[in-house]
Amino acid sequence: MKIEILGTGCARCHKLEEQTSAAVKDLGIEAEVIKVQDYKKIMGYGVMTLPALVVDGEVKVAGKIPAKEEIKKLLGGN
Amino acid sequence: MAELIQIDTNKKKNVYWPLFLIPIAVVIYIFLEDGANFLVDKVFRLEKGEHLTEAVRFFIYDTPKVLLLLTVIVFAVGIIRSYFSPEKTRKALEGKPLFIGNILASLLGIVTPFCTCSAIPLFIGFVESGIPLGVTFSYLIAAPMINEVAVVLLFGLFGWKTALLYVATGLAIAITAGWIIGRLKLERFVEPWVCEIKTGKFQMHEEKKTFADRIQAGYIAVVDIVSKVWIYIVAGIAVGAAVHGYVPENFMASIMGKDAWWSVPIAVLIGVPLYSNAAGMIPIVQALLGKGAALGTALAFMMSVIGLSLPEMIILRKVIKLPLIVIFIGIVTFGIIIVGYLFNTIF
Repeated sequence: MKIEILGTGCARCHKLEEQTSAAVKDLGIEAEVIKVQDYKKIMGYGVMTLPALVVDGEVKVAGKIPAKEEIKKLLGGN
Repeated sequence: MAELIQIDTNKKKNVYWPLFLIPIAVVIYIFLEDGANFLVDKVFRLEKGEHLTEAVRFFIYDTPKVLLLLTVIVFAVGIIRSYFSPEKTRKALEGKPLFIGNILASLLGIVTPFCTCSAIPLFIGFVESGIPLGVTFSYLIAAPMINEVAVVLLFGLFGWKTALLYVATGLAIAITAGWIIGRLKLERFVEPWVCEIKTGKFQMHEEKKTFADRIQAGYIAVVDIVSKVWIYIVAGIAVGAAVHGYVPENFMASIMGKDAWWSVPIAVLIGVPLYSNAAGMIPIVQALLGKGAALGTALAFMMSVIGLSLPEMIILRKVIKLPLIVIFIGIVTFGIIIVGYLFNTIF
């Protein structure tokens, strides 16, 4: 699974990255969490609010930081 | 799976009960002044009219009042904002002619959730979908300047008239400045890489939000915003209380008063780099107003503190060239100075 965190280094972006990494760890799944800071790539996903969470090329969340439990659900865990 | 369902139902049930706190908040609000007076005069037994007494009274009354108002209004705004998103705003603005576009963009700037870290994707997203530069700027001026924290503080400390004046003049500046930027045809100052970007179709499927979800959004907003700004507000009111109690009457008249014509531009210039302390700034300015500072000067100062922020300019520099940034700051600064003089003349 490929997880991307779209964000350009703001505090909220770091928080989303932390929460996502924690969710991945909890679920024990194989996934790499990549930070995407390049605006060209970010805009390629069509998002206008940051941070955003992209899983396997699909935008799951934009402009907010979901709770860890919610991220787990988005990553397909239960 | 069973566990998951249980969590969901629990969440739904819990969403509504904190709403019962609102009537309690209203009751506290009504009796706050008497309560503060009782504490100061009867419990602490402080001498009426003393510097310390009046400072303490100011602090004990205004701190809970503003925090209470802030919590309730941020909650309401959080619910309202769940109906808006930048994507919907962009759609609404597409194909609108210049002036109407400016008005709509400024209004939507107030209600659409905005964070400085999203300024660039927002700018690119707007420009890419053909929204004129001037309309985009109307949005970018209104969104940070007219925000709930500023309006709550103005309402709580200055009264509803000043809060309304702030919103109305802020809107006027956002509309006019955006319109002027549009008329000046400054598209050449947009960094070329912006136009080369191919924005992808926004493919996130939006889940239908239930009303419980929206209330949840209100709570999230409260936790998010109140936890961040309360310390500035308390510190600001503490300094304001000290000013209120110790600074002599009319002390500010010569510096920030009506007759000091140069005070408006200087207040605006000082205000530009002070962005992060907007929440702490307003209570202090309110106290200064009681010491002879003119309303127009105070209003102009607060607008430049809140509306023209250095970090936002630095971020925007990535997508627009320096001349446009300078023109943008110049027009908005000019607008704020006019507002300052206008209110100094009227009141």
